[in-house]
Amino acid sequence: MGHIQLPEGLPGIRGPLVISPATTKPLCDLVEVLLRAPNTLTMAEREMIATYVSAQNDCYYCQACHGSTAAQLLGGGAEDYELIAQMKGNCEAAPLSDKMKALLAIAGKVQKGGKYVTAEDVERARSHGATDKEIHDTVLIAAAFCMFNRYVDGLDTWQPDDPEVYREIGKQTAALGYIARDWKRPLETAANQQPATAGR
Amino acid sequence: MAHIRVPEGLPGILGPMAISPETTKALRELVEVLLRGPNTLTSAEREMIATYVSSQNDCCFCQLSHGAAAAEHLGGNYELINRVKSDYASADISEKLKALLAIAGKVQKGGKHVTTEDVERARKLGATDNEIHDTVLIAAAFCMFNRYVDGLGTWQPADPQAYCEMGHRMAHVGYIRTGPDQPVAVA
Repeated sequence: MGHIQLPEGLPGIRGPLVISPATTKPLCDLVEVLLRAPNTLTMAEREMIATYVSAQNDCYYCQACHGSTAAQLLGGGAEDYELIAQMKGNCEAAPLSDKMKALLAIAGKVQKGGKYVTAEDVERARSHGATDKEIHDTVLIAAAFCMFNRYVDGLDTWQPDDPEVYREIGKQTAALGYIARDWKRPLETAANQQPATAGR
Repeated sequence: MAHIRVPEGLPGILGPMAISPETTKALRELVEVLLRGPNTLTSAEREMIATYVSSQNDCCFCQLSHGAAAAEHLGGNYELINRVKSDYASADISEKLKALLAIAGKVQKGGKHVTTEDVERARKLGATDNEIHDTVLIAAAFCMFNRYVDGLGTWQPADPQAYCEMGHRMAHVGYIRTGPDQPVAVA
């Protein structure tokens, strides 16, 4: 299990995060600002972009974690998980805003490669109200998950297949975010942790 | 021209970086530790991994700027970098680095392309777990940087001299900046 020696029992990216603290800090800072910092795109929308790209990259761990986090941010009900599944299956047919569909289309092009994004893709997003900043952030979120997905799968990390594990991860991440987390604990108890965004 | 409005005259990644300071801070810290932090792989070797992945992703700006940084670390050996991009198996580099470049090339295609055999080969040639980890993360990170640069349709200078200057600065000053980036004169 795993191409390199990683701590036992830590799912997905957590093993590599624990063994490489110097890179973990900027990686967590990056994902926190991309997915959780103040933005005109909601946290749920940004987690959905991350989920969609991770699904296109066939990264099981990332799509399950970020999909669950998105669903939790939307309320955590069965219908929220259903929306995420619909979006992964066919984002154009899912009940999403036209702006969100246009941004997911851009994210899908970035997943294939940066040069696939066309002026028409960007115009479509703009015509549905997307700002330059939102287009920038969509491209960078999609690009960043092309990194995270490769980090997780390129080291052949352990990825649990129990949906309950991802439900719990989604709850914790929706509540705590990505910084000041103890990645060494297989699954933190959300109640035992201060929210990472407290005091901001 | 770029898909979104970015400051004039800033090449490649520097345009989008200028309009997004919060993400830029994390991106610069990441690339600094990956390519210049203390490591058993030299900065030249790590810049070569970044350059190779960027060339596989066909990102002109990243392969020329990081290729120049790698060359500047090696006293200006641009010829070696061109060989690494076109056919690293025949380049005058260690067998260990060749095995790591093979892993990086698999990561570029997708994480699942990396096989146990790829990792075993690198390990047999002396690569440590940390070096394998860092190779995978450098390759993955450049799959991000390349997409950021090309996904926004950024301006990329055609003048090779512009990249030599960038590479010199990246190699010898690094990636953490205290002031704004200066526009590049258009040749």
